[in-house]
Amino acid sequence: MNKQKQKFIGRSVPRLEDRPLLTGQGRFAADVNFPGQWAMRVVRSPIAHGRLNGIDASAALAMDGVHAVWTFADIAHIPPIPFRLTGLKALEPYQQRVMASDFVRYVGEPVAVVFADDAYVAEDAADAIELDIEPLPPVMNATDAPGPFDAAQSTEPDVLRKGYGDVDAAFRAAHSVVALDLSVGRHSGVPLETRGAVGYFNEALDRLEMHGAAKVPHWNRDTMGRMLGRTRDNFQLFEGHVGGGFGIRGEIYPEDVIVCAAALHFKKPIKWIEDRREHLISANHSRQQTHRIRAAIDAEGHILAIDDEFFHDNGAYMRTHAATVPDLAAAMLPGPYRVPAYRATAHIRLTNKTPCGTYRAPGRYESTFVRERLLDAIAAKVGVDKAEIRKRNLLPKSAMPYALGLETLGTHIVYDSGDYGLLLDKALDRAGWPQLQQDIARRRANGEKVGAGVAMFVEKSGLGPFDDVRVEVQSGGSIELVTGAASVGQGIETAMAQICAETLGVDYTTVSVIHGQTDRIGRGLGAFASRVTVMTGEATKRASTKLRGRILKLAAELMQAEPAQLDIVDGEIVRTGGTPGPSMKLTDLAAARPGELIAEDTFESTHMVYPYGVHVAAVRVDAETGGVAIEKYVMAYDVGKAVNPMLVEGQIAGGLAQGIGGALFEEFVYDESGEPLSVTFADYLMPTAHEVPESSILITEDAPSPLNSLGLKGAGEGGTNPVGAVIASAIDDALQMPGAIVTLPVTPQRLRAICKKK
Amino acid sequence: MKPAPFIRHVPRTLDEALATLAEVAGEDGRILAGGQSLVPIMAFRLAKPAHLVDINEVAGLDKLADDGKFLTIGARVRHAAFHEPVTANPLGRLLTYVARHIAHYPIRMRGTFCGSLAHADPSSEWCLTAATLDAVMVAKSVKGTREIRADGFFDGIMSTHLKEGELLAEVRLPLLPPDGKFGFYEFSRRAGDFAMSAALATYRLDGGKMTDVRVGLGGAEASPRRIPEAEAELNGKAPGDAAFRAAGEAASAAIEPLEDHQTDAEYRRDLVKVVVRRALEHSLI
Ligand SMILES: Cc1cc2nc3c(=O)[nH]c(=O)nc-3n(C[C@H](O)[C@H](O)[C@H](O)COP(=O)(O)OP(=O)(O)OC[C@H]3O[C@@H](n4cnc5c(N)ncnc54)[C@H](O)[C@@H]3O)c2cc1C
Repeated sequence: MNKQKQKFIGRSVPRLEDRPLLTGQGRFAADVNFPGQWAMRVVRSPIAHGRLNGIDASAALAMDGVHAVWTFADIAHIPPIPFRLTGLKALEPYQQRVMASDFVRYVGEPVAVVFADDAYVAEDAADAIELDIEPLPPVMNATDAPGPFDAAQSTEPDVLRKGYGDVDAAFRAAHSVVALDLSVGRHSGVPLETRGAVGYFNEALDRLEMHGAAKVPHWNRDTMGRMLGRTRDNFQLFEGHVGGGFGIRGEIYPEDVIVCAAALHFKKPIKWIEDRREHLISANHSRQQTHRIRAAIDAEGHILAIDDEFFHDNGAYMRTHAATVPDLAAAMLPGPYRVPAYRATAHIRLTNKTPCGTYRAPGRYESTFVRERLLDAIAAKVGVDKAEIRKRNLLPKSAMPYALGLETLGTHIVYDSGDYGLLLDKALDRAGWPQLQQDIARRRANGEKVGAGVAMFVEKSGLGPFDDVRVEVQSGGSIELVTGAASVGQGIETAMAQICAETLGVDYTTVSVIHGQTDRIGRGLGAFASRVTVMTGEATKRASTKLRGRILKLAAELMQAEPAQLDIVDGEIVRTGGTPGPSMKLTDLAAARPGELIAEDTFESTHMVYPYGVHVAAVRVDAETGGVAIEKYVMAYDVGKAVNPMLVEGQIAGGLAQGIGGALFEEFVYDESGEPLSVTFADYLMPTAHEVPESSILITEDAPSPLNSLGLKGAGEGGTNPVGAVIASAIDDALQMPGAIVTLPVTPQRLRAICKKK
Repeated sequence: MKPAPFIRHVPRTLDEALATLAEVAGEDGRILAGGQSLVPIMAFRLAKPAHLVDINEVAGLDKLADDGKFLTIGARVRHAAFHEPVTANPLGRLLTYVARHIAHYPIRMRGTFCGSLAHADPSSEWCLTAATLDAVMVAKSVKGTREIRADGFFDGIMSTHLKEGELLAEVRLPLLPPDGKFGFYEFSRRAGDFAMSAALATYRLDGGKMTDVRVGLGGAEASPRRIPEAEAELNGKAPGDAAFRAAGEAASAAIEPLEDHQTDAEYRRDLVKVVVRRALEHSLI
């Protein structure tokens, strides 16, 4: 009997990553140690805006176990941190230096670092450093009229404009206009593993190493190399386990550069592990935007045009993401609807707060909130149901592929495939929408404040331009797959192993996936923008296909057969179609042709792929306290093809928790003087298992992507994207006050104030 | 988030503990009980005690006894001790119900009842309980023993009238009458968070009317306390919506609300109305 060839793609096989994590063998940044290492502690500005007149480190330097203190003068030769994405020229003067020179611009900005025997001594010494900072008035509001940020800089470094069609004509011809003023609070990804970096200079090899890398190791290596005068051959980055990425972890931050510079300078291993307070004031914030949006509509509520002007609060500097977040917000705002004319004006603003970057569904959490609030407002205006107004405006399946007429991340936005109406129907069906409406009506009659919301969105995924994968059958018969992608815990090892295993004809557990090691593969783009399964996945398929061909060719010689008569089944090369003769184990072939069972391939893509989704939520509002309980939550997401549905569900469920955080709990609050008030987990409230409801997840594969052979679309951000929007919609409904929610997060204080207005 | 250097002392007897405390109290010595408030504060370097007198090994401080009049709770008794009623008196059920609202399971396994009182967070459930029931705090030092009534114990946000060198050795909670009723309600942003306002009420029914009413409020003012204005609305009345609402209104009007960046006085007063009424409603369940 011939063995059945195993399928792995599309199966919820267990994660390969879990064993070390569950048995305490994980190796996170803080687990990396080198003999003789020094601990680094960062001294941070306690003042939001001020002139840095002097730093007195004499007391610190006199302490036992303290080796050195660095200030700006010691790193003055290091250029500012460059942009990785959407790096507009006008923004360059606003890049961050790795330490403050003459001004401090946010609480948390590095002004000095201490190197000491251990983290305790380093912190004692950091406490003893005296800063002479002359406070200046801070800029705290991104919607104020633009003005000077300081002598040479403006609070508005640039304004992005995007659009198409004749917006003004559409407004002139409109039956009516709906206008809203909406804002999303400042919050961000808060991985449980804080940032960390260990720099080590291996003198024997003249090799600088940084351990604790994440997300984009190759770009970071090349870029920090340029900043520090190292080449790609004598500077390597190593990614260990990563306790959460979410967009914010793994970008180049000042601390990474300082760690590497110091390792090089002192020829000592330098270890820096961020603490939670530091994390909450110095790792990238995100999301804070205020939108003034208007829609021109006809009598039936069809959108004729959208005009959105918004203010993006980027904090005190432009970090690696430059204009990425406002750019994505503007470009993705139209979503799944037909918007005949569109104009977005994005004011990029600086304030004396922590600088910002991307956070899971960057720009889209914000613009989906804004767009879906707008759709709800249109529904209220023309007096139709929330689902109906969306159906009226959705792009039909026949419009696919749909060129939106906008660009982002260096690509034209072309929705590659989708059946938005079908998914809406499926989601409403899964939520039991008619029954839900009846239940709500009945409970409302009993005085309960309950309501339901629906929100739709288009995501983007699979950003190119390329990914390389190399696959090799090693002498023991196990398969090694090397990629320049990275793992932030999302399950890339499992997903790539599944694709490789099915393509080759081996068991997926025999495939080990190497990622995030710059010394193992020449280039790579890492893990962001839900790109890995699409880009690395397709590259894996290609390299594995190539390797399979190679294996069959080499085996054919030894087995005296034609390659076409052979197949690989469960790690064994067998004859097909009833051809008689012995088979051969892949292990034996690897032993017979050492070093030859290897193949490499590349996938290039100039267009992103566009998954899409629908969330439905039902909530109960406690009008007396302003509390909100989420009673039901349904998420439908079309990912084209789910390599591992369990992993996709995990992504979506985890994403929901973060979306709820931004909708109801998480906010970086500042006082008027620029003092951050959310600096611990007691005041920056992440939702816990109590606050995250049980959810129902519907993964569909109705619209495979035509842009890759497996039809893949990424799944990383669909759990987060519309959560603020749908919670707002449901709360409005519970209060029977259309448009009541204009600000996220909906804190009890804010909601109570709204309830009292009624 | 590494604490500043400190010396930890681990006395085995009460006398030893008091002697050590007397020695180090002047040099910023502090008692370490469950560590669930002190250790985070030290990690943030908001406190840098030079000495810690760790009382976790001190014999006798684990006393937890009902003598028919009082429930005595020693300084080593953890929140988790109350997960099940510790006495058949209704106080046992009250403490079990309240304990559930304190933090999370791992914290309740270490944090102590007396530590909560000494720490005096305005929102602490145990502080509210002690204030509502007129607990007696027993403070010991090398100079002797002092009994402090709850209404003279708290001194504003995270501050008490314990003196330097004093150990809160035990707290005595008066038992409730056998037919005593209680109700508790708190509002917090997430499960396990400190309450934004909390209320505890106890009373007896006499011919269908409420009597011996106690209404305590936590998280609303700098220190938890009984609210006589609310109690006055209830004593002698039949339990029910009208009386409960009136009590809520009275409490809301009587307080000097805590305010913070996100919580104004108006919101706090609104919450007080609700928590008082809901605590009273809970007493009927
Ligand atoms: C995440 C989190 C959530 C929490 N949520 C809540 C909550 O909802 N409600 C709540 O009430 N608490 C909450 N707490 C605090 C917790 O209940 C603490 O255990 C309690 O406040 C202090 O008790 P402790 O035994 O841990 O005291 P420690 O932390 O050891 O000490 C606290 C302070 O009291 C002093 N002290 C301790 N014991 C004595 C004594 N016998 N005599 C004199 N001084 C003493 C110490 O010197 C110190 O200054 C929370 C804590 C955490 C970490």
